[in-house]
Amino acid sequence: MTVLLRTEGVRKAYGGVHALDTCTVEVEEGSVAGLIGPNGSGKTTLFNVITGYAKADAGHVYLADRKITNLSPDKVFALGIGRTFQLTRIFASLTVLENMLVASPNGRAAARRRAMEQLDFVGIAGHHAELAGTLSYGQRKLLELAYVLVADPAVVLLDEPAGGVNLSLVNHIADRIRELNAAGKTFLIVEHNMEFVMGLCDRVTVLDSGTVVASGPPGIIRTDRRVLDAYLGEDLGPEKPAEDE
Amino acid sequence: MARQIYQAIVDGILVGGVYALMAVGLTLIFGVLDIINIAQGVLVILGAYLSYTLSVRIHLDLFLGLLITVPAMFVIGVVIQWAFIRRLRGRERTSMTLLVTYAVALIIEGILYEIYGPNPKQLNASYVQSSVHVFGFYLSYIYLYGFALALVLVAAIYALLYRTGFGRSVRATMQHETAARLIGIDVNRVAALTFGVGVAVTAAGGMMFGATNSFNPNSGYDLISRLLAIVILGGLGSIGGALVASVFMLTLESLVTIWSPEWAIVVFYAALVVVLVIRPTGFFGRQPVRAQ
Amino acid sequence: MSAVTGSMSRQRAATGLALIVLAVAAIAFPLVFGSPVVTNYAIYALIFVAVVTAWNMFSGFSGYISLGQAVFFGSGAYAVGIAAKAWHINGVAVFALLPLAAAVGAVIAVPFGLIALRVRRHTFIVITIAVFFIFQLMAFNFSFTGGSVGVSAPFLPWSPTTFNDRFYYITLACAVVAIVMAVLVRRSRFGLQLRAIRDDEDRARGLGVRTMRVKLVAFVLSATVAGLVGGVWFLYLTQVQPQSGFDPLFDLSLVLMAFLGGLGTISGPIIGALIIEPGQLYLTIRYTNGYLSEILLGALFLLIVIFVPRGIVPTAGEWLRRLRTRGRPAVAPVQTSPRAETRA
Repeated sequence: MTVLLRTEGVRKAYGGVHALDTCTVEVEEGSVAGLIGPNGSGKTTLFNVITGYAKADAGHVYLADRKITNLSPDKVFALGIGRTFQLTRIFASLTVLENMLVASPNGRAAARRRAMEQLDFVGIAGHHAELAGTLSYGQRKLLELAYVLVADPAVVLLDEPAGGVNLSLVNHIADRIRELNAAGKTFLIVEHNMEFVMGLCDRVTVLDSGTVVASGPPGIIRTDRRVLDAYLGEDLGPEKPAEDE
Repeated sequence: MARQIYQAIVDGILVGGVYALMAVGLTLIFGVLDIINIAQGVLVILGAYLSYTLSVRIHLDLFLGLLITVPAMFVIGVVIQWAFIRRLRGRERTSMTLLVTYAVALIIEGILYEIYGPNPKQLNASYVQSSVHVFGFYLSYIYLYGFALALVLVAAIYALLYRTGFGRSVRATMQHETAARLIGIDVNRVAALTFGVGVAVTAAGGMMFGATNSFNPNSGYDLISRLLAIVILGGLGSIGGALVASVFMLTLESLVTIWSPEWAIVVFYAALVVVLVIRPTGFFGRQPVRAQ
Repeated sequence: MSAVTGSMSRQRAATGLALIVLAVAAIAFPLVFGSPVVTNYAIYALIFVAVVTAWNMFSGFSGYISLGQAVFFGSGAYAVGIAAKAWHINGVAVFALLPLAAAVGAVIAVPFGLIALRVRRHTFIVITIAVFFIFQLMAFNFSFTGGSVGVSAPFLPWSPTTFNDRFYYITLACAVVAIVMAVLVRRSRFGLQLRAIRDDEDRARGLGVRTMRVKLVAFVLSATVAGLVGGVWFLYLTQVQPQSGFDPLFDLSLVLMAFLGGLGTISGPIIGALIIEPGQLYLTIRYTNGYLSEILLGALFLLIVIFVPRGIVPTAGEWLRRLRTRGRPAVAPVQTSPRAETRA
C-alpha cells in the first residue's frame, strides 16, 4: 500500500506560537484517514500548509513522490488535492450552480452537466438556482463538498465536515464519503465528532500542540493513554464551529 | 549647489514633521477602524480655518488657540464617526467608508466655501516670517516649533496607546476586533474615540499647515492625496511608518523642487507607485501581500 | 415544475417587450423633444450611462472600487484633440479618431492595471486616486496638452439642433455598446469568475481562477469604453482642459450613480445615472457657483448610504420578492434525498 500524501517534519510558527512542530503525517492511497486532536493542536494549520494557504517554516509535503511544499493554492489544487474549510467559504452572491462552475475546468454544457451531477450526489440539486448565501449551514457544507469534487481530485482534505450539523446529515455525509472512497478517492478528515471518525476512518492520527502523539487504527487510538491525556479528559462530543464573520 | 541640497534636505525634514502630524491621525484611524478617512485633508483645512478665526477675531496666539481647536476637532471627529461611519457594516465596508468620508469631505468643503469664500488665507504670527541662522542654514521658527509640536504629539499618542488602559483597548481592537469584543471592550466606543483622536491631531496639523501655506477650501484635495500616499508608503496602520514616510517624501519633493517645481509633485506620486510595485505593503506595513 | 417555467417564460416575454418599448422610446426621443436644451441633458445622461456601465463592469463585479476612471476618459478626450491637431484633421473626419481614443484607454489600462491590481482593495482605491492626480498634473504641465488652456476640437459645420441630434445617437450607440458588453460579461464564465473574486478572491484563486488575468481583462475593457466615450464627449463639448478632463467629482459621481442604482447589477447603474446626471447638470447650470452642487452631492451620497445601502435595484427587487411571497410557504425543495435537508 503506497503512501499518497505525506508531511515530514513540518514546522510552522505564528509569532511566538508554534502551531506545528516536527509534524509527520502519512496518508495511504485509497484510505480514509482521520486527524483528531484538541483545539489548537494544529489540525487546520496542517491543512493550510498542505494546500498552500500557509507557508511551512521547515519540513516538506509530498504528493506521491513529488515535493509540493509551499506551492500556491491553485497549483496544489491543479495537482489533485481538494479541500474544504471549517468555516464554509462559498461565493455568497452567486447561485449554487454558479458556485460549482467557478471551479470547473471544461466547457459550458459539459461543465453544467457535471456540476449538476455533483450537486445531485451530495443532495442539494434542487437548490441549484438559489443564491448560495441563502443556504443553511448544513447545505453550505454539502455545497463545499460538491465543488471540491468537481475537479475530481485524487486526495480530498475535509475540515470538520460533520461540524455543527444534525445526525441525519452527518450520516448522509459519511455515506457519500464511503461511496467516493470505494471509487478510489483518498481522504484526510479533520473532525471532533468521535463517532464519525471512528466509524469511518481506516487510520487515525492524533495531534497535540503541533506534533503527532499517536497514529493507528481507530480501536487502538480510542484507548491510547496519550490520546486521552491530550484531550485532558474532555467530553469528546460533536463540536459547533466558532461564531465568526 | 551642495548648500542648496542640504538646505532642501533640512527643509524637507522640517516640513515632513508637519505632514507627519496629519498623516499619523490618518494611519491611526485606519489601523483601528480599518477605514480610509478621505475627509482628513479637508479636516486639516477646517482646523486651519478654525485657527484663523481665533487668530483674527480674538487675536489668540496660534499655539494657544490649539487648546480650543484640538478639543473642538476631537468632538467633530467623534460626531462624524458616530453619525455616519458606525452604521456601515458588511462586505462592502471598506469601499463604503471611503466613499462616505469622501462625501463628508465634499460637504465640509462646500460649507467652508460658503462661510469663508474662495480667496486664500494664511495664518500669521510674529514668528511665522522669521528664521534662525544656524550653521549657515536658515531654519524658520515656525517650522522648528511645528516640528517640536509634531514630536510632542506623536509622543503623546504613543503614550496614550502604550501606557493607558484606553490605549490597550485600542491596540486590542486593532489586532482582533472580535476577540476584543469578547473580552468586554466596547468596540464602538473605542472606534468613536479613536476617530476623534485621529481628527484632533489634524487641528494641530491644520494650524501648522495654515501657518506655512496659503490655503482655501480647495486645498484639501492636494493635501489628502499627499497624506494618502504617505500613509500607504509608511504602511497602513503603522504610526512609525507614517513618520518615516512623511519625512522621506517631503525631503524627496524638496530636492526635486530644486530642479523643477512643477514636476516635484508628480515625483511624489510616482514614488508611491514605484514603492508599491516593489513592496505592496509599504515600508512598515503588516498586511498580507497578496491582493485581498 | 411547469408553474415555475411558465412564470419564467412570462417574465422573459415581459422583459423582451419592455426592451422593445425602451428601444423605440430611445430612438424616437430627439424627434419628440427636439430642443437642443433637452437633448443636451439626454446626451450627458447617455455619456454617463455608458461610462458608469463600463465602470461597473469592472468595479461592480470585482469589488475593486476604482476612482481613476477619469484617467481613461480624459486621456481619450485629449487623444482625439491632440491627434486632430497634429494630423490636421477637420470636419466630420474627426470621428475616425474615436477608435484611437478607445485604444488609448486600453493601452493606459494595461500597465495601470498590472501595478494597481496586485494590492489589497484599500490600497487599490488609493492608487487609482494617485494615478488620477498624476494624469491631471501631466495635463497641466506638458506643452503638447496645452497646459491649463487645454485643447479644442475642430469645427463641425452643423446647426445646433442637428449637432445635438447627431451626438444624441452617437452617445446612444456608445451606451448600447457598453450595456451589451456588460451583459455579455455577466453571462459569461469570465464574469462568473470576476464575481467570485468579489466574494472571496483567495478561495477563487485556490480553485484555479487566474485572478490577475481576469481582473486585468475586465479593467482594460472598462477603460476602453471610457476612453471612447471621453473622445465623444470632447467632440461634443469641443474642448478639454485638465480640470474638466480629469475631474475628481466625475469619478465620485460615477460611484454615486452605481451605488444608488445597485453595484454589480446591470440596470442599477443605468438608473442611477439617469437619475443623478440630469440633476447634477441642472444644478451646475442653474447655480454657477459650484459649491452647492458639491454639498448636495455629498449629502445625497450619505443619504443613500443610510437609507438604501444596497442600491435601488436590489432593494426594490427584495421588496417585490417579499410582496410576492407574503403568506405563501417558501419554495419546496425538489429533492432526491429529502432526509439530507437541514434547516439551520
